[in-house]
Amino acid sequence: MNKSVCPLTYLKIGETAKVNKLSLTGSMRRRVQDIGLIEGTEIECVLKSPGGNPVAYQIRGAIVALRNEDSLNIMVTV
Amino acid sequence: MGLTTNSTGISAVDFGLVIKKNSDEDKVIALAGNPNVGKSTVFNELTGLNQHTGNWAGKTVTNAQGLCNYNDTNYIMVDIPGTYSLMAHSAEEEVARDFICFGNPDAIIIVCDATCLERNLNLVLQTIEITDNVIVCVNLMDEAEKKGIKIDLVALSEKLGVPVVGTSARSGIGLDEMMRATVKLLETIDGKKPYSIKYIQPIEDAIAVLEPVIKEKIGACRIHSRWIALKLIDYDIALIGSLSNYLGFDLSKDTGLQKSLKEARGIISQNNITDENLKDKIVSCIVLTAEDVCLNIVKFENKGYNNRDRKIDKILTDKWTGFPIMIALLGFIFWLTITGANYPSELISNGLFWIEDKLVELCIWGDVPKFIYEMLIFGVYRVVAWVVSVMLPPMAIFFPLFTLLEDLGYLPRVAFNLDKTFKKCSACGKQALTMCMGFGCNAAGIVGCRIIDSPRERLIAIITNNFVPCNGRFPTLIAIITMFFVGANSPIQSIVSTVLLTGIILLGVFVTFGVSALLSRTILKGELSAFTLELPPYRKPRIGKIIIRSIFDRTLFVLGRAIAVAAPAGLVIWVLANIYIGDFTLLMQCSNFLDPFARSIGMDGVILLAFILGFPANEIVIPIIIMTYMASGSITKLDTLFELRELLVGNGWTFITAISTMLFSLMHWPCSTTCLTISKETQSFKWTAISFLVPTVMGIIVCFVFASVARLFV
Repeated sequence: MNKSVCPLTYLKIGETAKVNKLSLTGSMRRRVQDIGLIEGTEIECVLKSPGGNPVAYQIRGAIVALRNEDSLNIMVTV
Repeated sequence: MGLTTNSTGISAVDFGLVIKKNSDEDKVIALAGNPNVGKSTVFNELTGLNQHTGNWAGKTVTNAQGLCNYNDTNYIMVDIPGTYSLMAHSAEEEVARDFICFGNPDAIIIVCDATCLERNLNLVLQTIEITDNVIVCVNLMDEAEKKGIKIDLVALSEKLGVPVVGTSARSGIGLDEMMRATVKLLETIDGKKPYSIKYIQPIEDAIAVLEPVIKEKIGACRIHSRWIALKLIDYDIALIGSLSNYLGFDLSKDTGLQKSLKEARGIISQNNITDENLKDKIVSCIVLTAEDVCLNIVKFENKGYNNRDRKIDKILTDKWTGFPIMIALLGFIFWLTITGANYPSELISNGLFWIEDKLVELCIWGDVPKFIYEMLIFGVYRVVAWVVSVMLPPMAIFFPLFTLLEDLGYLPRVAFNLDKTFKKCSACGKQALTMCMGFGCNAAGIVGCRIIDSPRERLIAIITNNFVPCNGRFPTLIAIITMFFVGANSPIQSIVSTVLLTGIILLGVFVTFGVSALLSRTILKGELSAFTLELPPYRKPRIGKIIIRSIFDRTLFVLGRAIAVAAPAGLVIWVLANIYIGDFTLLMQCSNFLDPFARSIGMDGVILLAFILGFPANEIVIPIIIMTYMASGSITKLDTLFELRELLVGNGWTFITAISTMLFSLMHWPCSTTCLTISKETQSFKWTAISFLVPTVMGIIVCFVFASVARLFV
């Protein structure tokens, strides 16, 4: 079975994935790494805000909200 | 952070950081940790009321210092900003790292969240890389237990090579043990060596080349040479500069060092690691090490421990229920404030005016000259009495309510819901949080803007913060609403008041959005910044403790302000009202001068003058209006709001005046403390001036438009 790679934004609430590649740059890249999101990290989509953006994810035990513009640059395998 | 005596009013202003030691025996302990771990709670528990906002030269990020006396030794606790790492990607992180490196603390206590230990270990590991003398405080152990999370503290201590203590700071549990461990650490000379993060081979090889050279150069030093080696290899230029200053020689000029550094970097590039890659690899190693350490030390017995929180969150952030709940909650807090304040207000007012009568009698009996007792009683005392009876009760009720909400963890959800709207205005969702703080005190709201990393977005938040009425303006709004828009003692009086007040606040919120959007399209154009918002778990606040502490806090604060600001203001007004130039008093001269302009925007000279004289503190605006009207007429009794209404109407107030005054109260220049705070935070006269002008100009425009349109119909 082929594991597909897709942007983080594709995750539905309750779905878990593993980070495949961080295509973010600059301070956003550093920031997500500081909270523990690196290649291979498990991430679960937990909550969507009323407007659909930002979306909250569970990362290493904490719930962190990320904007879709940034999540588009985080590739994951479901 | 929270709204407390120490974080609002003049205490909010940060004057920089200088550690105040009482004697050389005093030990300096740094308190570090991720945001939201209960660091402030630990700090408060240890220092009690012995705190004051500290001073750190140059940087403007919050630092508090407090004294803790344990076993006859004084410990100066320094509360460092909450950060996720010490890589210095933001001003807060830089301050934290700089203090740990160059502030020479005798020990560093890192407060961690037991329910999220792995993520917190990132900071711990980075800190023990820099220096020894670290103690890990695993806080929120009670929360962890509720969620079925078991942590083997002994094993953790073994693994990390530093003392580890479990605490529940909220209940005061474990803090004694923590201080004991601190004392022991400070007394031990050659203790265990803390854990060393192992990086991938090429990086380790590079460090191996450079470290001995550094060790030789700097000799015995608090800062580990291994860490310095790593930072040199990683091109951390700003740090190199600070390190050079600290060590006393220029690291970048030392030939021996530079030679080894070149060799070390050579190893890195030979292994096909670019500068960007290098940073990635360093961070990954730390993250994976944290994961590894926690593997056998933290056990989750209940996989569904987050479920309750998630259910609540679903409701609070749902498309249909999210916003209504937010507005309803806001309304509910206002309603509680309004109804709760009524009875105490009446009581205090009756009491204070009874005292006033007795004071007058006393003075007459004691043959005190009329002009002296009139000045002291009708000037000073009356203004103070008004502030205490009308302003204090709402403030004393709102603050604890708000603190409860904050401690619960609800506010980040507000930022979560509103981020999209703020983004449309090219601002940051965290502005919602700073606006919430502004409800308590605008000065505290300005300091709170530090949570916004991007300078551009922070400025937008600072400039617009005043559109959220602070605690000092609430009672003014409530008083006017009660006098002009609500029927006498009708059963639905408080509900109508609440609805109107909520409406005005919402107006302030919309104006904030509008002005933020305007600012970001004109003088503050720029890119959106890196945004991550943590949604902390809901925690049951210690209701009793918060309410008592907050009410006590607030009462003291208002009383203090009343004496320091309202009393002199009352005196000044009385003097202005009794010094004659020609036929008119100085006061009348001023208000007459302002009158034409004031009328064009729906108010009158007296009201505008009151706002101007209310620059030191917003809560004295109504008392000044009262005094000014009374000074030019016969002195009548003012026991109730309805008698006040008579006074106002008798001086020409109409509905238009009432609404214009409320609008101007919502939108006018920040108070003196807020202006001072803005100037400290922005370090710029230009931005302080803009922060002063923007709300003022908005207020003038809105009042003018409203008054003009309203007059067409009346």
